[in-house]
Amino acid sequence: SKEVEEFSEALLLKPLPDRKVLAHFHFENRAPPSNSHGRHHHLFPKAISQLVQKFRVKEMELSFTQGRWNHEHWGGFDPLSSMNAKPVGVELWAVFDVPQSQVDTSWKNLTHALSGLFCASINFLESSTSYAAPTWGFGPNSDKLRYGSLPREAVCTENLTPWLKLLPCRDKDGISALMNRPSVYRGFYHSQRLHLSTVESGQEGLGSGIVLEQTLTVVLQPETTSVESNMQPSWSLSSLFGRQVVGRCVLAKSSNVYLQLEGLLGYESKNVDTEIEAHQLWKNAEFELSLKPERVIRESCSFLFIFDIDKSSDSEPFDLGLTWKRPSKWSCQQAPLHSSRFLMGSGNERGAIAILLKATESQEKLSGRDLTNGQCTIKANIFQIFPWYIKVYYHTLQIFVDQQQKTDSEVLKKINVSPSTDKVSSGMMEMMLELPCEVKSVAISIEYDKGFLHIDEYPPDANQGFDIPSALISFPDHHASLDFQEELSNSPLLSSLKEKSLVRSYTEVLLVPLTTPDFSMPYNVITITCTIFALYFGSLLNVLRRRIGEEERFLKSQAGKKTGGLKQLLSRITAKIRGRPIEAPSSSEAESSVLSSKLILKIILVAGAAAAWQYFSTDE
Amino acid sequence: MAAVNRDNEEEVKTDDGSPKIKPRPIVRLGIFLIAHSPVFSVVFSAAGVLALLLLPLLAKNTYISENALMPGSARSMLSNRDVSDGSKLVKDIKNFRLNHEGQGVEVQKLIGKYMSDMGAEVSYQKFHPEGNQFHPLHFFSGPDSYTLLENVSCASYGVNVAGIIRAPRGDGKESIVLVTPYDFINGGDYEDLSLGIVSSLFSLLSRVTWLSKDIIWLVADSRYGDYRPVAAWLTEYHSPSFKVSDLLKCDEQNTADNFRRAGTMAAALVLKVDGRSEKFEDTLSIYAEASNGQMPNLDLINVVNYLAVHRQGFYVKVEKVVSLLSSSWLKIFGEIFEAVGKLAHMLNPDWNFGIPAADYLEGSATLASSLYSQALGIPTGPHGAFRDYQVDAITLKVSPRFPPDSKTRQHDFFLRGARLLEGTIRSVNNLLEKFHQSFFLYMLTSPSKFISVGVYMIAFALLVAPLPMVAASLYIDGCKSLTNSTHNPTENFKSWKWLDAAKQVFTLHLLGFIVTLLPYFICQVPGQHSPTNRSIMWGTTSSSLLLITFVTMPGCSPFSSRLHGTNWAILKSVTISAAFIGLCLMSIINFATAEIGALLLVPTCLMAQPIKPALRSRRLKSLLGAFCSIVLLTIGFPVMFFAISKGLLGEGLVGLSLGGEFWTWLESLWAWKSATYLYIGMVHLPCWLLCLCILFHPS
Repeated sequence: SKEVEEFSEALLLKPLPDRKVLAHFHFENRAPPSNSHGRHHHLFPKAISQLVQKFRVKEMELSFTQGRWNHEHWGGFDPLSSMNAKPVGVELWAVFDVPQSQVDTSWKNLTHALSGLFCASINFLESSTSYAAPTWGFGPNSDKLRYGSLPREAVCTENLTPWLKLLPCRDKDGISALMNRPSVYRGFYHSQRLHLSTVESGQEGLGSGIVLEQTLTVVLQPETTSVESNMQPSWSLSSLFGRQVVGRCVLAKSSNVYLQLEGLLGYESKNVDTEIEAHQLWKNAEFELSLKPERVIRESCSFLFIFDIDKSSDSEPFDLGLTWKRPSKWSCQQAPLHSSRFLMGSGNERGAIAILLKATESQEKLSGRDLTNGQCTIKANIFQIFPWYIKVYYHTLQIFVDQQQKTDSEVLKKINVSPSTDKVSSGMMEMMLELPCEVKSVAISIEYDKGFLHIDEYPPDANQGFDIPSALISFPDHHASLDFQEELSNSPLLSSLKEKSLVRSYTEVLLVPLTTPDFSMPYNVITITCTIFALYFGSLLNVLRRRIGEEERFLKSQAGKKTGGLKQLLSRITAKIRGRPIEAPSSSEAESSVLSSKLILKIILVAGAAAAWQYFSTDE
Repeated sequence: MAAVNRDNEEEVKTDDGSPKIKPRPIVRLGIFLIAHSPVFSVVFSAAGVLALLLLPLLAKNTYISENALMPGSARSMLSNRDVSDGSKLVKDIKNFRLNHEGQGVEVQKLIGKYMSDMGAEVSYQKFHPEGNQFHPLHFFSGPDSYTLLENVSCASYGVNVAGIIRAPRGDGKESIVLVTPYDFINGGDYEDLSLGIVSSLFSLLSRVTWLSKDIIWLVADSRYGDYRPVAAWLTEYHSPSFKVSDLLKCDEQNTADNFRRAGTMAAALVLKVDGRSEKFEDTLSIYAEASNGQMPNLDLINVVNYLAVHRQGFYVKVEKVVSLLSSSWLKIFGEIFEAVGKLAHMLNPDWNFGIPAADYLEGSATLASSLYSQALGIPTGPHGAFRDYQVDAITLKVSPRFPPDSKTRQHDFFLRGARLLEGTIRSVNNLLEKFHQSFFLYMLTSPSKFISVGVYMIAFALLVAPLPMVAASLYIDGCKSLTNSTHNPTENFKSWKWLDAAKQVFTLHLLGFIVTLLPYFICQVPGQHSPTNRSIMWGTTSSSLLLITFVTMPGCSPFSSRLHGTNWAILKSVTISAAFIGLCLMSIINFATAEIGALLLVPTCLMAQPIKPALRSRRLKSLLGAFCSIVLLTIGFPVMFFAISKGLLGEGLVGLSLGGEFWTWLESLWAWKSATYLYIGMVHLPCWLLCLCILFHPS
């Protein structure tokens, strides 16, 4: 009756309507509850185990994403989209099992540990200006939940390598051998996710069990060799990834490949048994598979072909291929409302953030599902985080439903606002809207001021702009799941797809151009100031050093020798300045005229130097 | 001997009662400058004009400031297949328009289908053609104050088509915009070629993997002009109205609901194909001026110029004043500067600032055109709408050297045009930050030579520098004469002598403000739509207001008796101070307007003197001064200067009278929200009136 550790791997392949292929790698590692005196693992990574134990993590999710999820073509109302469509960059949320006063400390320590473990700058989420504490707007409803995201974090192969180190077979054997780096990072979307949750044992003296779920979701474009432009491209595993599967991970309990095909509604009416159905489905007039599936499972609007890679070997590698024979078109099921977010306004001072929700084609099918007080309504939760330098004015919130402005009490069911504090904390807003089912469009706008940062708070690429993390739109009354008609308890991937998950979608990351100072201005100011001081102090020292008496005696001895016209002219000019009548030249007048001419010469020199400096300086 | 010296010192002390304190040199220098202000004002003004003439010599070669741009560092990926796609679109549009006469949005839908087939997200946007309605508050409000007009019929709207290519691995925060204005009703054969070029490029960009920014292709419906559809699309992009739009009722298909966006715009390129080139190569004209003389970052022009000249072999040109090329006096200046340059080069080979006279002529003509375009404040193309949202944008107008129905040359033309745009987009795609390295304040003397603000500011500073000195000198002279002519108790109020003159100056500036607002009310008068009639109404009303001002406030009238009038020197002093303040403020808003205004106002203000003493004295010097004052005042009048500049620019009057032409010109200034309009009404006209008052002052 002693439980053992389990590891299973799965790969789900799914053609998409816009001629791309979705590949979803799923690895699950379970550690059973064990004695709290010590934990020795056979398969489970020790780093994760120590992380959970030290920081008392109850649930955690970490994702590295590159690219944007296309909700219109790749799906918005299925478990794959709800769980694996992540915002750009790094996203981390965690629920802790510690007292309330220690949650922030645990969060900071967790970010540092994850930063070292995954070769990413997750430690930037340690700052109190980088994370928030959502309540009900985010998925898990807990007061010990912390959320942070880094939109500007670049995702590269250095993030995949430590992620693969957590797998028992790394990328040497099994399904993970398909992860060819050039192929994975050439795709249109790439998201690696790590989900961690603890399972209470319920027994005295035993610690919690840990479930580690690692997924990698990529969207790839097969090479098109067909002449017809509307034909779906044919592909195989070797053409997609450049590698083949030559055997399963021997440590895995199950190792399956699934192929999900949507839009084959013509076969719903058939009432044949499983064996004949499977035999007919993988070779028909529309497409052909290169291998015979083990089983075929029907779902409400798709078919699932199951392959077992246990039979593959070096001589016969597992290379599943799909060949299309006829043009085929279908559309994905979408979320009730399609969401997008954008900036409004221009200039360097004030702007607005707008969220636009538009009805999709799938909305009509969902009408009448939820009745509140006899009316059909759709609930939508909106969760947003604002950095502290974006000063959001929450009183300027405006909501338009079907292009009619509504007051907040009409459609706003709940709202939770946490204003930001300069340099201390970021702002957070959670809203729950209750909209009629026949709604066509909803627009939400809120105004903000663009703040000023201290000069040492700017990043090195300040002129690029600053990021506002993605907003999360979720529909609490709608859940996405695959409805299999048969019991499948042996596959963790299918079990997770069968569970009801919240329908969620992330909006775009916004780029706000803030006012940037002229970073070369301090250099210019220092240069000009030092030049002025040098000239001033030089003149002052020269004046202080001079001995007036000796000069007077020297000039007096020379007075009799100079009686030219230039001297008389200078005397006249000096007399004119003083407003006195013209007198005979004297020593003091000659001295002042010499000083005056020297001063004029200095001013001309300084002006010339300034003009030359202005002309040859190129930093504008 | 020592005793004698000591006695002399004691004697000096006894006479003065205290040692005499010598004033500081800076104070003496100031007094010297004020005492000789006529000489210095002539010297400084001449130096300012000379500095202006020297500007083409001081132009420097352009260079790329931002290292990330790297123009031309990548080999072009555009293939013949992409060009075939572009040619197919052009052919389909021509066939469609031949077979389907009349209006409708079928051509837009055809272009949208092509965009969609290439993998782009297509959206359509309807907009109203906006009339030129003058409103005073438009000058002081941003684009957020755009309000929809009422009662617009459904038959008069335009439809823009926009396609967005999402960068495969981009994060969707930034975008690059390509605009092709296209007249869907009256478009000629050459306009189709611009669609072909961008379609070829779009076909390539939808397949490449190196994009880091989204690409937006906007086919602007230019049946109401090039600028209006781009401005309407940008307004919808940045400041949408979430309320019900009247345009939704015009079309049952409801195409206005799916407007799409792609993040912050990094740069924008407007492409137009015009008539045939006069050269043996394909010609590329670059238009860069936006509202109020704003210019895009110089690096954007450098990238396009580099790729066009060194990679695709275009002949690049910018606008110039053609009449100046045949100007003999400018040619003489060019030859003088060339000779001086050669002489300096002989003295010291390192002094190499001479340029040939022909280059000087070209640079002067281009500089004059740049100065005039910036001073007008009117955008020179649809790219001006982007500058209102701080997006760097230029308009490229390509003139092919072949007739529009030549297939072989069209293929080559598409290839080179699309490769030019591809190189530019590659450079902008490399940017991590927005354009901020190179110059934003510059003037061009050729596509590859520029003058930065640090150089051309010197000419303006030299022109304006005499004004404070002359103002101080006149004030001191006026105070002296007033002191001599009145009794001793008046000396207690010596420091307030300028108050009467300031009152007159303020009153005339207020009159200028009212005259600036008058066209709004004149446009409200029904039935009077002729520009000539409106200009007559404007002139008549302004003159009546001026006479009413003189009658109701005798202290402000130059025709009152001697006892009530102010001293003309003090009035001139305050006038010069007001002109100085106005010119300096305008140099911050639009430098080119301030430069031209200084060239007109500074000689007029400095030369203004009462004409009666000159006529009475009958001396040749005074008569010559009076004549110069009258000539400068005549040239400085806005209507007269408009006529003279029209003659210089080589354009004649196009059938309207001078007043009607001037009204149309002013109407275009306020329609584009140009600050030059405010300058003419509130700075130039009051100062001109004040100089007129000084001229006819009864002193």
